[in-house]
Amino acid sequence: MLKIRNFEDLAKANAENAAKLTAKYDGTGGKKAIMLCGGTACVASNALGIEKRFKDLIAEKHLEDKVSVNNVGCFGLCSQGPFVKVFPDNTLYRLVKAEDVEEILDKDIVGGQVVERLLYEDPETKQKIRKQEDIGFYKKQRRIALYGAGVIGLENVEEALGMGAFKGLAKALQMERKDVVQEVLDSGLRGRGGAGFPTGRKWMFAMNGDGDKYVVCNGDEGDPGAFMDRSVLEDNPYAVIEGMMIAGYAIGAQNGYFYVRAEYPVAVKRLGIAIKQLEEIGLMGDNILGTGFNFRAHVRLGAGAFVCGEETALLNSIEGKRGMPRPRPPFPAVKGLWGKPTIVNNVETLATVPYILREGAAKFVEYGTERSKGTKVFALGGKVNNVGLVEVPMGTTLRELIYEIGGGIQNGKKFKAIQTGGPSGGCLTEKDLDAEIDFDNLVARGSMMGSGGAIVMDEDNCMVDVAKFYMEFICDESCGKCSPCRIGTKRMLELLTKITDGKATMDDLHELEELSKTIKANSLCALGQTASNPVTSTLTQFRDEYIAHIVDKKCPAKVCKNLMQYSIDSDKCKKCGLCARQCPVGAITGVVGKEPFSIDQSKCIKCGMCMSSCKFKAIEKV
Amino acid sequence: MLKLSEAAVAQINKICDRYADEPTPLIMILEDIQKEYGYIPLEVQEIVSAKTGISVAEIYGVVTFYSFFSLKPKGKYVIGCCLGTACYVKGAQRVIDKFSELLGIKPGGTTEDGMFTIDALRCIGACSIAPAVTINGKVYPKVDVKDIPGIIAEYRKAGGAE
Repeated sequence: MLKIRNFEDLAKANAENAAKLTAKYDGTGGKKAIMLCGGTACVASNALGIEKRFKDLIAEKHLEDKVSVNNVGCFGLCSQGPFVKVFPDNTLYRLVKAEDVEEILDKDIVGGQVVERLLYEDPETKQKIRKQEDIGFYKKQRRIALYGAGVIGLENVEEALGMGAFKGLAKALQMERKDVVQEVLDSGLRGRGGAGFPTGRKWMFAMNGDGDKYVVCNGDEGDPGAFMDRSVLEDNPYAVIEGMMIAGYAIGAQNGYFYVRAEYPVAVKRLGIAIKQLEEIGLMGDNILGTGFNFRAHVRLGAGAFVCGEETALLNSIEGKRGMPRPRPPFPAVKGLWGKPTIVNNVETLATVPYILREGAAKFVEYGTERSKGTKVFALGGKVNNVGLVEVPMGTTLRELIYEIGGGIQNGKKFKAIQTGGPSGGCLTEKDLDAEIDFDNLVARGSMMGSGGAIVMDEDNCMVDVAKFYMEFICDESCGKCSPCRIGTKRMLELLTKITDGKATMDDLHELEELSKTIKANSLCALGQTASNPVTSTLTQFRDEYIAHIVDKKCPAKVCKNLMQYSIDSDKCKKCGLCARQCPVGAITGVVGKEPFSIDQSKCIKCGMCMSSCKFKAIEKV
Repeated sequence: MLKLSEAAVAQINKICDRYADEPTPLIMILEDIQKEYGYIPLEVQEIVSAKTGISVAEIYGVVTFYSFFSLKPKGKYVIGCCLGTACYVKGAQRVIDKFSELLGIKPGGTTEDGMFTIDALRCIGACSIAPAVTINGKVYPKVDVKDIPGIIAEYRKAGGAE
């Protein structure tokens, strides 16, 4: 069994496993390798069924010597899953079904030909593209936090070592603690959880404290629409653990806590496995790499409270209390977990740290803008063609993100806004598309980086409804400790509901604006202070939509139920009666084959079943 | 008033013992109880209190603060409708409304026969397959309102409440 006791052992393990990994991908010995994406989206779309089919057929056809089947992490382009990648040719097959497996085996693995129909097709040129790196989605990406994800096998510590895992820790352990902190300061790394506080400065505060200290990894990724941290933890937990250990060494902590949402059971499981593996091979515990450095990592689960993503609330939660924020100062770096100096770093931040130590801060600062260095992972979602996980250098423009990487808006619709920063962020519009993504730039434009959720909206989304959605979320998740947030968000939600119901006046709008300011100025924690951002940002960018709801009693995007209705075009109606059969409340009448159907608006509950069931597009929203 | 069996009391004490070495074990204990029994009624909180010395008031405060803990039993099948942003902009509200309509319960409620509970979830991170629904952990991708009667029928067929 692999044991790593000193720097020589580690260097040997890195080199040996790198050679093995290269051989697997290069097809040494004439053996091809099938890589299956194990991300949530692919698994939900029957990736496991595909894996079974491969294994069954390989056994049946006696192809064991010709090909191996491997489970790796997420490939990122989730909307095109499930994926099958074949090496050494690096052919990417997408939208694969279990029925396609036999053809891939016969034609590609045995016959050496490409199965054209399963290749990715460029949405614009309609050209088939064989290799991942030639697809627009991947061209502008650089993987630092996601380094190794999608390449190394799942739960495979040897392959992680093959990708250079723990080289960064080894380098750190041969440096003075203050020099490690300096390296992180020099890299300009800022917290990836949202606020963008310089990571090195946090470490410096904690380094200067005395006694027991802790490193806490914030994996309570509660921003709806964000799944970067989940992917990092599932695909390459080793990088996050290594980052935590480097932080531990730098500040002088011997224990680290991972706080992960209970909604992420797979991430929790893989993290636990990784910690156990590292204990077994000697990379975690006492006297790590023979340097006298001791470190242990522990896992704590969240229990479903968004506010626990706020660092002081998170600490309360680890301490077994209600997850309510503490007033700051004192900051956690001075008085944190169990009253001891503690640094709280986000998953992506810690996953970036090994790269900085391994490659050096100078290499890291080659990417990014003047004040935001390196890369950022985004969960690109909503109405773009290529939905998935992307990592781009800071300074990439929103236009590149949405159109080149995201492949443009679905169904040729018109782009309306991109929401970043989740419930604490805001919307950016057409005029912001050429803005470079960095922490300060997004704030200057009325949104924020946030943890990396990026939801694209099109002309069919009502911005008042979106603001209401976020306010419902905040209202639900407000911990209740301070009244501006507890009561203020509730009142704001009532006002927004009044607007979307078509019952509001312009006075209500002014009250909404006043409340936004009060809540921002008076709430205890960042969750409350930013709670009104989705409202203020949509009010600034889409004031006309609010006014349309209030004055004209119209929802321009036809989303708000009270301000729109379904109507059947009697010329287009083929009198089939399908809509009437689908209607749950019997609001649609007509005579099959004789009289066109129509909707009784007094009975209609606006569920939209009729519109989605009509095969002739005779039903529209007005 | 619920009467707990001796075996259940013993089991809850055993769960508390698992974390005897932890400085602040309460949430870990509650997570295990929730997982094993599906809910944490007051009687159980009292046992945890007696065992750990943490007051019932504090335990109740924690149980009611976190959405993962429940004071009431949940249905055999828990339908979790994701209402994260990505799901919401792709019509998740209509999905949860349809489940509510067909089962006759509101989000958070459980059907009288104990078969189904509907939960509104805040983002399960499956944004690329929005709108997503999970039923006892199984993820249903890109759920269409039209698929919902079929999904419910599938579980009704699979088995009644115990």
